[in-house]
Amino acid sequence: MITLLDLFSIAAISAGTFFFFAGTVGLLRFPDSLTRLHALAKADNLGLGLVALGLLPRADSALSALKLIVIWVLVLLSGASSAQLIGRALRRGRK
Amino acid sequence: MSLLAFLDILLALLVVAVAVWTIVARDLFAAVVGYVAYGLLLAFVWIRLYAPDVALTEAAVGGGVTGVLLITAGKRLGALKNVAPEAQPGFAFRLLAGALAALVAGAIGAAILMLPEQPPSLAPEAAAAASTAGAGLGNPITAVLMSYRSFDTMLEKIVLILAVVGVWSVGSDKAWGGAPAPFRQSKPYAPMVFLAQMLAPIGVLIGIHMFWTGANAPGGAFQGGALLAAMWMVIMMARLVEPPRVDAQWLRLALVAGPAVFLISGIAGEVAAGSFFAYPPSLAKPIILLIEAFMLLSIAAALPMLVAGPPNEGPG
Amino acid sequence: MTPSVLAGLVGAALVGLGLYGLILHPHPLRKLLAFNLIGSGVFLVFGIVARRGAAVGFRFDPVPQAMVITGIVVAFAASALAVALILRLSAETSRVTLDPEAWTRRNGEDAE
Repeated sequence: MITLLDLFSIAAISAGTFFFFAGTVGLLRFPDSLTRLHALAKADNLGLGLVALGLLPRADSALSALKLIVIWVLVLLSGASSAQLIGRALRRGRK
Repeated sequence: MSLLAFLDILLALLVVAVAVWTIVARDLFAAVVGYVAYGLLLAFVWIRLYAPDVALTEAAVGGGVTGVLLITAGKRLGALKNVAPEAQPGFAFRLLAGALAALVAGAIGAAILMLPEQPPSLAPEAAAAASTAGAGLGNPITAVLMSYRSFDTMLEKIVLILAVVGVWSVGSDKAWGGAPAPFRQSKPYAPMVFLAQMLAPIGVLIGIHMFWTGANAPGGAFQGGALLAAMWMVIMMARLVEPPRVDAQWLRLALVAGPAVFLISGIAGEVAAGSFFAYPPSLAKPIILLIEAFMLLSIAAALPMLVAGPPNEGPG
Repeated sequence: MTPSVLAGLVGAALVGLGLYGLILHPHPLRKLLAFNLIGSGVFLVFGIVARRGAAVGFRFDPVPQAMVITGIVVAFAASALAVALILRLSAETSRVTLDPEAWTRRNGEDAE
């Protein structure tokens, strides 16, 4: 029997998957490297956040739930920084 | 077919597809990016094989650090990093190479399908050896690495040091003793500096944690050391710190500390516990953790030096 | 088809792919990449031996897994040494091969 928490998990993870899908569609369809970078940086980070949110009720303990959040924050940090670096390299004409 | 089997087959196809991309990509950078993605997907396969320690090592060393090495190499080669299209081999050669590759792959695949039904296993011996050494470690991989096969692990640390010596020896005679070339030539860039300042403390903490829990959970000195090495490389890439001089005392001490402590404890085992590399049963776990701590230091020092390369004749 | 057999066949395919790339590519860095592919394929085959060696109380045989961990680190060390040699060769002779008829692209473009 599906509890409310399970429904919440399914909804959040599905939403996260949808955002990942949207980001990948943007990667494949956008005309230019900068726009593709924009699609990936925004959509993938949000998708991961939603997936992490959906996994929170299923964590074993408060510590594991905290670890999930920390993982999301670290991916956010490195994703944003590397998007900046790639954008700068693109603007300077390197591929 | 259950969902898990379906996901397994999907993962296997994905791994092979990314590997094919790595081989057929024409640009070096594209191939290296494919290789890093392949390394991360391979970590998933290792998880499915119930090998979390190997998954951690593959993701950190196989995917991450090797990727940094190859991208840095591509950048330093500059104009020489790609091959002109007219120099690519012709069709007959490709056919021959493909036939040979298919033959080898088929032979290995046949051998896998013909493996014996009752597989031989060293697990009982390893468990017995680890427990009689009084190791008391909850992670059997760490017990095998540090107790059942401790000599192999020490030799492997020495191989790492030999590789560092080899890389340093390749530098030119005039530059001997100097520092390797910096990781980037231009001035530090603010987002990179921000990333280094934010990520490095967290990364160091997580690396030490991975080493410490390696006694009872997946982890260990290799994985933690790879993470610490990555943090040092991030700091060097942000030019907050320059690669150290090759003749720096502290660097050489840090590199040698791991194998030296390992060797000394092995020889001391001859005296204290009766045979080479045996541990006295009551002190086994503290000794193993001590050796692992120094191994952590050596790995964290060796990996960035391997990526940084030989000493460079820079200004001054 | 258990995960072990599937992973083993993937390992075999990776060894074949890596061998193809090793023989085919003239550039030494691409050869190094293909060689790493062969290495990880071999580790995968060894890994299924570890999984199949599950004994009482364990889900896997820890000895092959410890060897694979060691192998991954040693493979990286060997790759680093190879890269250092290639870079030194290119710095000394401005080409990345010992073949006197050089074929490398000179104008520094990326391949498209």
